[in-house]
Amino acid sequence: MKLTIANLKKGQRALIKEITSDIIPLKLLEMGCLPGNEVQLLQTAPFQCPMYLTINGSHLAIRKEIASQIEIEII
Amino acid sequence: MAKQIKVSLIGNPNTGKTSVFNLLTGLNQQVGNYPGITVEKKEGVCKLPRGVKAHILDLPGTYSLNASSLDENVVIEILLNKKDKDFPDVAIVVSDVENLKRNLLLFTQIKDLEIPTILVINMADRMKRKGISLDIPLLEKELNTKIALVSARKNEGIDELKKLILSYTSLPTKPCVNALTFAPEYFDRLKQAFPNQSLYKLWLVITQDVNFRKIDKQKPSVAPDFEIKSESELKRFQQKETIKRYQFINEVLKKGLVVDEKAATGMRAKLDRVLTHKFWGYFIFFAILLLIFQAIYDWSSYPMDLIDEGFAWLSEATRSALPSGPFVDLITEGIIPGLGGIVIFIPQIAFLFLFISILEESGYMSRVVFLMDRVMRRFGLSGKSVVPLVSGTACAIPAVMATRNIENWKERLITILVVPFTTCSARLPVYLIIIALVIPDEKIGWIFSYQSLTLMLLYFIGFGAAVGSAWLLNKMLKIKSKNYFVIEMPGYKIPLFKNVVINVVEKTKAFVFGAGKIILAISIVLWVLASFGPNENFNNAEEIIAAKYTDLSQEELDQKTASYKLEYSFIGYAGKAIEPIVAPLGYDWKIGIGIISSFAAREVFVGTLATIYSVGSDEEETIKNRMAAEISPVTGGPLFNLASGISLLLFYAFAMQCMSTLAIVKRETNSWKWPMVQLIFMSILAYSVALIAYQVLK
Repeated sequence: MKLTIANLKKGQRALIKEITSDIIPLKLLEMGCLPGNEVQLLQTAPFQCPMYLTINGSHLAIRKEIASQIEIEII
Repeated sequence: MAKQIKVSLIGNPNTGKTSVFNLLTGLNQQVGNYPGITVEKKEGVCKLPRGVKAHILDLPGTYSLNASSLDENVVIEILLNKKDKDFPDVAIVVSDVENLKRNLLLFTQIKDLEIPTILVINMADRMKRKGISLDIPLLEKELNTKIALVSARKNEGIDELKKLILSYTSLPTKPCVNALTFAPEYFDRLKQAFPNQSLYKLWLVITQDVNFRKIDKQKPSVAPDFEIKSESELKRFQQKETIKRYQFINEVLKKGLVVDEKAATGMRAKLDRVLTHKFWGYFIFFAILLLIFQAIYDWSSYPMDLIDEGFAWLSEATRSALPSGPFVDLITEGIIPGLGGIVIFIPQIAFLFLFISILEESGYMSRVVFLMDRVMRRFGLSGKSVVPLVSGTACAIPAVMATRNIENWKERLITILVVPFTTCSARLPVYLIIIALVIPDEKIGWIFSYQSLTLMLLYFIGFGAAVGSAWLLNKMLKIKSKNYFVIEMPGYKIPLFKNVVINVVEKTKAFVFGAGKIILAISIVLWVLASFGPNENFNNAEEIIAAKYTDLSQEELDQKTASYKLEYSFIGYAGKAIEPIVAPLGYDWKIGIGIISSFAAREVFVGTLATIYSVGSDEEETIKNRMAAEISPVTGGPLFNLASGISLLLFYAFAMQCMSTLAIVKRETNSWKWPMVQLIFMSILAYSVALIAYQVLK
């Protein structure tokens, strides 16, 4: 199974792998969600959604559907 | 006089752009809308050294020049069109020192437009605390720009910024990165097809529609033989462009920015741990909501009473100061009470905007969006719908406008459609007077009274109707839209007093003048309709009454005459015409008039009844006593009883009854379809619920 941001546990850090999905909004890339950048899960709302992350130094919240499209590598 | 320098302020949301704008312009600013759309337009004048003036335009916050919302689209349209009257002589890109990397993405795009550009690095006062140091000369060289290090909070660096604006002609205009190198073949062909155009501008125009709706503005006509790439291919290109830009930014910042991680304090993490907590987060949010409601309904009652008394006094004073006649009647019975009906809402509206702007400024609102997203999504709404729904308790107009930052069109549309159900402050006067009439003034136990419980219940009904119809709309509407939900969680800040005050003043002013015009106009029309009649019954009322009742005192005669006149005035005939429609709800023709006239704005209802009952009468009775004394022609009992009162309350809880909201919905959805759907759905619902309530309770 592919590992994605949706699999992250609170406090865990990871690196973003190649982004291949078309569903990911460009906005997210512009916020720094790009291959090679670091992502950390800070907090989740109840039922794991949305997810509050730091990506490349930006603090963002995204929904789980999108998070599960972004492949990662745990560090 | 020399011409004004036109300056555009551009920047990501949450960078303190508004603070910089407020520092440059002070109270010399105006808020309006862009022609044809309701996106907010803030402009102001800034005095520069040597008597030169700059015209500052605060563009909506945007993360990039690839538009995904109406706000962002405005920015691009202005910057792409040299002939636009807002096209800037100089662009100021405001960035925040803590998020410099992300902010520079937008900066590199602006540079590509070859406009003289100044980079403002704001929140410089935080650098020391966060362990950040910047090599400004190096950054200026690498980014090919001039930098102003500003602290809007401490009012530092603004003079340097003003000097840079003044010398705008010497600012560098060359791009700092060549980002369009990822598909050389494609761009070479583009260049050949349009040799005289800027490549980046062409690219922006081509890709506009990919992330956003079609825009109908004129574009450089794309040659028919030029191959247009598929949407997904263009999207891939945009991703590559973004990566290119970030590569450049990372290189520059590697040299020009040092962050000492150890120096950074963990204040934000600590606050976030509590404010986004699964239990405490919600607890705090509801406590804040409670505080807001307390302020709106309790604290604001003092200034409201003062305003009320003030206008009553003004009306009396005017009457005694001026000779009597129809014109003075118009002033004392139409215009002054009409104005009073608008001014009385100022305390509530101001309190609401005060709280909302403090919550927004402090960065807390994003946490609420985060907390509520999941809950709201069950009903087809977004976490971002919370702010409009809360604003809706003051007024639906700013609330509908506050939906603009919802990226998902379906969620945004549903939010717009259900917002008018939330109990806005215009319903309050109607509620308060009816509750006082029909709900007993008794307490249950020590604290709760029936009256305040009823009021609370009405708020829940409004909110329930909003969420319920959102759920229904979510099932019914078949709109495919992209699942966008990206929110930035800004750092916490203590709100700047100046920003909050300016915001409250501007928003309140917009409400007063927006709604005020309509309410005032209606008051005057109503007064005219109630003061004239079509036939002899109206004109000869005095003689008819005097002949009919011979043994009454003058005072009683006057009162009989007044109500006789009203019955035969224009408005009296209108009310009687609709009586068959409203009779099943338990209303007489006078309430019918109130409902017709309050179609334009709910709060007109009370004013109308006041007009109806007091026209021609000098009695000092308050409107409430007057209403309590009304006798139902059908039952012989009081007209306002529990059944008709509940029916009226429910009618006003659900009915649309606000022309201004319909107008704003038309503008925000760009069609008449949605306001009409809203109007018909809400009116049918209101009528049916009121009908059932009356028939069951009578």
